Amino acid sequence: MSRLQTTLLPPLLAVLFAALLCSIALLISGDNPGAALAVMVTQLGAGTTAVDVINTGAVYYIAGLAVAVGFKMKLFNIGVEGQFRIAACVAAIVGGLLPLPPVLHVIVILLTGMLVGMLWALVPALLRAYRGVSEVISTIMLNAVATGVIAWLISPAAFGFVQGNNISTPPIAPTGHFPGIDLGPSGTIFGMVFVAALLGVGYWFLLGRTRFGFELTASGESPTAATAGGVEARRMVLIAMLMSGAVAGLIGLPEVLGREHAYTLVAPQGYGFTGIAIALLGRNHPAGIAVGALLWAFLDKSALALDNIGVPREIVLIMQGVIVLSVVVAYEIVRRYAMAAEQRRVAAELRAQQQPVAEGAAT
Amino acid sequence: MAAALLAGALVMTGCARDTGAAGGGGSAGGEACATGTAPSGGAAAAPTSAAATKPDASSLKVGVAYDIGGRGDQSFNDSAYAGIEKAVADFGLAEANVKELTAAPNEPEDAAATRLRQLAADGYNPIIAVGFKYATPLAKVAAELPNTQFAIVDDNSIDLPNVTSLVFAEEQGSFLVGVAAALKSKACHIGFVGGVDVPLIQKFEAGYTQGAKAVAPNIKIESKYITPAGDFTGFQDPQKGNVVATGELDAGADVIYHAAGASGAGVFSAVKAKSTPDSPKYAIGVDSDQYLTADPAVRDVIITSMLKRVDVAVYDFIGAVASNNLGALPKIFDLKVDGVGYSTTGGQVDDIVAQLDAYKNAIINGSITVQSTK
Repeated sequence: MSRLQTTLLPPLLAVLFAALLCSIALLISGDNPGAALAVMVTQLGAGTTAVDVINTGAVYYIAGLAVAVGFKMKLFNIGVEGQFRIAACVAAIVGGLLPLPPVLHVIVILLTGMLVGMLWALVPALLRAYRGVSEVISTIMLNAVATGVIAWLISPAAFGFVQGNNISTPPIAPTGHFPGIDLGPSGTIFGMVFVAALLGVGYWFLLGRTRFGFELTASGESPTAATAGGVEARRMVLIAMLMSGAVAGLIGLPEVLGREHAYTLVAPQGYGFTGIAIALLGRNHPAGIAVGALLWAFLDKSALALDNIGVPREIVLIMQGVIVLSVVVAYEIVRRYAMAAEQRRVAAELRAQQQPVAEGAAT
Repeated sequence: MAAALLAGALVMTGCARDTGAAGGGGSAGGEACATGTAPSGGAAAAPTSAAATKPDASSLKVGVAYDIGGRGDQSFNDSAYAGIEKAVADFGLAEANVKELTAAPNEPEDAAATRLRQLAADGYNPIIAVGFKYATPLAKVAAELPNTQFAIVDDNSIDLPNVTSLVFAEEQGSFLVGVAAALKSKACHIGFVGGVDVPLIQKFEAGYTQGAKAVAPNIKIESKYITPAGDFTGFQDPQKGNVVATGELDAGADVIYHAAGASGAGVFSAVKAKSTPDSPKYAIGVDSDQYLTADPAVRDVIITSMLKRVDVAVYDFIGAVASNNLGALPKIFDLKVDGVGYSTTGGQVDDIVAQLDAYKNAIINGSITVQSTK
């Protein structure tokens, strides 16, 4: 099998398997899988759904990249959730309070988000690098701390601003809005979608084409070997964790800069955890993560369309769960199959080479 | 009367007594906090929600977008549905012409907007959005669809001709149950458990505190929220509700009022567990008459509930749309229109109804103004 096949086959198999399993679940619950599938496809033409898939896909893509940077170094940054939320909140406050000229305003908000995300990841990074504290534990705990700090930041006693029963950070002036592509009734594509794409290119170049990327991956694969090769693993832990936090700091900003123009009480949560699933799905590869992010966003929006025709939307959760699990299994199966095929091929070639020799010996 | 007051004074310990006009305290003894300052007032104003002729809603298709939890939350989504049911019974609204969709937890704004657009695209008009989280998406969708009537529960920030706000004076209803708590407390020490520390729930606390202090100015009030703003699990976590309520009971409070949605079940079980025949503890429910909806095992500790009549608001809205008379809807559903109130099921506040109604009338006629913030 070619390399392309071994990369593309497993996720395809996983999606098909998930679809099959969900069809069975739908049949058991008395719903029509065909109708469900039809609605999932036709929803893309309704309202702003197609644009929403792209916008949410961009958010998920950044989240996937943030997690993947850590994965490359074998770091499990579960704190992406807390890092992104506190970064979005502080960036929105800074953006709302500072009167700045256009362009610069947006840049300041973006940089603030990255800086805050990085700072929120700094404590687990230092603890991991110098004290060996598991980043899984420390980042999870900081997620809870972030919730408390955000609650204070958006309270009217601090920077909050009551609108009816909702609270939000001070609204960002139009100079701080990231312009998008207005498609009229089909919605507006966030300008941040392109920033997300650029981020993917940067990720690919930095990790795949630079010495730094090689050192990072090497330290992740084998810290001892990397150390022997002159790479300081401790420094790599710090850098990987901080990079992960900085990217995480951007996750909330497509919505803050492109739609809400503030961080509110009802701001969405859970993108950090979704990012973990998407990084797994995409095998930490920038293109794979992009496909995973779009698929995930598409399934999320499908939940609304399914709900609308009376199919339980929980079917989408089942599907997402099955996809992640089966993609892991499918990669393993395909890997073993490819390895066996490789062995057979090599064995056959060896036999073919030995044959003439054997014949020569017989004569 | 004098004997009753004397008896009241004898059991009272630790409470500074506001020796104002005598009027309350005329019921059974044991009201350690009562200071007898219930205002005197006339009969309650008649509710104005009932229209003269019944509107005909048989041609309406009503869409409902619920907040997280949806039907079965024993809280305000269910209350909204009760309004729909009543409209089906009274206005000839066809059950098949009602469509309900429910929000998912932590969803982004575009999901809420899509839900509203789906209902509109399927021809539902009017559409009722339950919960203030719909405010921003509704403002967007309602502007796109000027020919569809919308209503939103718990928000009045949208200024569009086709959006009706259904908001409530939660602080007024909470004031009355605060009065009840102070009258029923033997320790002169009561508690409040809020679900999530947000402005909406702070209104409940503010009203409750003012009501209790109107009865007993020096009453001790424990006040805790289950989760901080932004973490909405505080409305769905009975275990945490139990822990918080137990903490307040241990601190000495003997009447606990909750505004914590489904977490309230934990508050009730905590009160039930700490209640003994010698020192009874009481709980006060919220939104609907929880004596009727809570677990039967804990019902006997629920003395009353603060009623937030989302059902009345939804019912009135459908009626107003059917009779094309949206202007007649109250700007705010308060005590005057029975948009908020208290329940008496179980008979445990029957002895103080006279005082509660006196306060109620004082609020309605404006001699008491209840603040919505602390």
